[in-house]
Amino acid sequence: MIIELGHLLAFLALGAAAGQSFLGLTRNGEAARRLAVATAMFTALSMLTLIISFVRLDFSVALVAAHSHSQKPLLYKIAGAWGNHEGSMLLWCLIMSAYGALAALFMREGKLRDRALGVQGLLTVGSFLYLLFVSSPFMRLIDPPFDGAGLNPLLQDPAVALHPPFLYMGYVGMSFVFSMAAAGLINGEIDREWARRTRPWALGAWSFLTIGIALGAIWAYYELGWGGWWFWDPVENASFMPWLVAAALVHSLIVTEKRGGMASWTVFLAVLAFCLSLLGTFLVRSGVLTSVHAFAVDPARGTILLIGLGIAGGAALALFAWRAPTLKAGPEFDPVSREGALVLNNLFLSVSSALVLVGTVTPMVLQWLGEAKMISPEAASMSIGEPYFQLTLAPMVAFLLLFMPLAQAAPWRKAEVGPLMKWLLPSAVVAILAAIGAMALGGWGVFLGYGVLVGVWAIFGVGQDLVRRAGAGGFKRFIKLPLTVWGMAIAHMGMGLFVIGATVETAARTEQTFPLSPGQSAEMSGWKFEFQGVTLVDGPNYVATRADILATHDGRTELLQPEQRSYPVSEMGTTEVAIRKTLGGDMYVALGDQLRDQANVWRLRIAHHPLIDWVFGGAGLIALGGFMSLAARLRRRAPTNAETTATEPVASSADKTGAGVGASA
Amino acid sequence: MRKRSQRLWFIGAAGVLMAGAVTLGVIGLSGAVAFFQSPSDIAAKGATSFKQNVRVGGLIEVGSQSHGENGKLLTFRITDCKHTVPVVFDGIPPDMVVEGKGVVAEGKFDADGTLVASRVLAKHDENYMPKEAYDSLKRAAGEEGTMTCGDGAAT
Repeated sequence: MIIELGHLLAFLALGAAAGQSFLGLTRNGEAARRLAVATAMFTALSMLTLIISFVRLDFSVALVAAHSHSQKPLLYKIAGAWGNHEGSMLLWCLIMSAYGALAALFMREGKLRDRALGVQGLLTVGSFLYLLFVSSPFMRLIDPPFDGAGLNPLLQDPAVALHPPFLYMGYVGMSFVFSMAAAGLINGEIDREWARRTRPWALGAWSFLTIGIALGAIWAYYELGWGGWWFWDPVENASFMPWLVAAALVHSLIVTEKRGGMASWTVFLAVLAFCLSLLGTFLVRSGVLTSVHAFAVDPARGTILLIGLGIAGGAALALFAWRAPTLKAGPEFDPVSREGALVLNNLFLSVSSALVLVGTVTPMVLQWLGEAKMISPEAASMSIGEPYFQLTLAPMVAFLLLFMPLAQAAPWRKAEVGPLMKWLLPSAVVAILAAIGAMALGGWGVFLGYGVLVGVWAIFGVGQDLVRRAGAGGFKRFIKLPLTVWGMAIAHMGMGLFVIGATVETAARTEQTFPLSPGQSAEMSGWKFEFQGVTLVDGPNYVATRADILATHDGRTELLQPEQRSYPVSEMGTTEVAIRKTLGGDMYVALGDQLRDQANVWRLRIAHHPLIDWVFGGAGLIALGGFMSLAARLRRRAPTNAETTATEPVASSADKTGAGVGASA
Repeated sequence: MRKRSQRLWFIGAAGVLMAGAVTLGVIGLSGAVAFFQSPSDIAAKGATSFKQNVRVGGLIEVGSQSHGENGKLLTFRITDCKHTVPVVFDGIPPDMVVEGKGVVAEGKFDADGTLVASRVLAKHDENYMPKEAYDSLKRAAGEEGTMTCGDGAAT
């Protein structure tokens, strides 16, 4: 019975969202507010019924039968609820309505909030229509099977169980940013106040998206068994494009908020970020791609998603065209100024996003042209790989990082390059020395030196800026710098760490295959690996072939146990690698296949991934920095009396230090 | 700085960046593209006529997998039931690379006409086969082609 209740609740949520959108768009909205909260509650309860059905293994529910199995640990029974197309769409609806409810509960009242709730209601209605009529998770089977088909074993993993919720909090979070943009356009008020109230949503969504993408990369690194963490696969690019645009947005919002400038560009980015999220969903869900994400290869769903994207994007752009003439240009600024630097940041980020888009969509467009017989089949079937993305994006990222410390230190309106450069000379020297050092150690690759150079420059430059902001106050003043400054600095340093980690890992990773029989050993990078043979081990829902390998390094020995798992339910295998972390990187051991022609000889793949933690840690710091900036904004928005007096002086002195070096008189 | 010159500066910077991006994009596209070929296409044109990266899709011929003399390499043949392409891969293939099942290999041909694969892809789960593998079989057998070569079951 419970799933029927969930179905009913989803219809109630649809009704509440429709009311929310009507009242929010037409009246002033206490009622819209209440309905927004009701929508979220109905949706949450509906999701709960689906989770309960998954945990209780109710195989009469079609979705449970197709994606769960009795021999599955509890975490994956729960995660199974969104580890499939229909369930993930319900999660999408839940997060979308939750953003609406958050706004209803915490945003200051006014026309902006009401209209944003209205637009968010429309988006929620669209999502529910898709859920209920195209991909319903609430269907029953007339003839329930005895047991379920099981969740894809590759997805039975903690990182990937959390990957969809975080990714969706990012993707769908862009929906509220979109709603704010549409509301601002409807009201004809895209001003500093609008930017101030939109920025927290953009920061939150972007930070969640960062975490979601990073979780996916971590999963790919240890679960797919070949040690790569980014494949330039279209499904990865689908999440990277909105990330880049949202990164541009959180920066351009600063200019709009502080100076009132770039207003129309900022609104455009806010619309674009959500459109790219929808495009990503289309790419992943429509079956134009075959991957672990393409749960349902169903072109009809893809077409409907594409239509939805067209309606949302078209309506927003029409609004934009209607209001664009009324948007005010901000005050003038010099090209060499903080505004100028942020314009450059936006150019690099949005051009990067366009380059990723070209590399991702070109093969699909050609394929489509080929199927429509407009070009020959030979020309239609091609793929674009890593070299394209490396070649095009590496210079973009390098420039982005080169300008980063300058942007942080430059004052608004007008700066002078000479004093800035002179002041940042120490960071430049450190960066050049580090790059030379890295190239001497890791072979004289241009790519390697380049990455280390800009990464170290960014980290030290940002550090120097922090010291300058602390001024004569010393350490005490240093730790009391405003949260926004810390958030920015941590995110920027995270970016530097990420770039160093990514280039070093890519340039200096080593891997080798060793065919070994029990008792034999292999040596690599100062490590000795003694293979002791394999044993069969029973897991909860799999059988594993586990290798025992004694790894010796610097006189210390420890046991590594990589596995090959076989899941009888889905007739699939997975590779569970053994990873030994060291300060400089990971030793990564995977158990491969058995030799055909010789008995009991196994192939071991041993790899060294230097600085891999910097990649994931850097991404984590970027997200942390985003959340810190968000927290600073929330605290400032609703100050209690005590806080007002406490934070005021800090904020004003921050403005003073913000005047920066190289300011002209 | 005046409004007009501010705008000019902005457009100039954007123009330079766009020009750079387009140049990079064109260079990148010309070097990093791999066109898909079926085993029959390759047999028709001759393996050594392909100078660029190619992607070959099909089934792994049953009984064709071996590990060479020293066990470091994986060799197998990709078939579309009409023609086969020998492949050599230095590494451990993904879990689903199994004889009789669909596979896609990407790489360059050496002088003997063996595909030296830099990437080997299989399907991600039991329900689908890689698109290129499917296309190869369909091209070789026509619209009514089966997804097996008679000697091994493929899904």
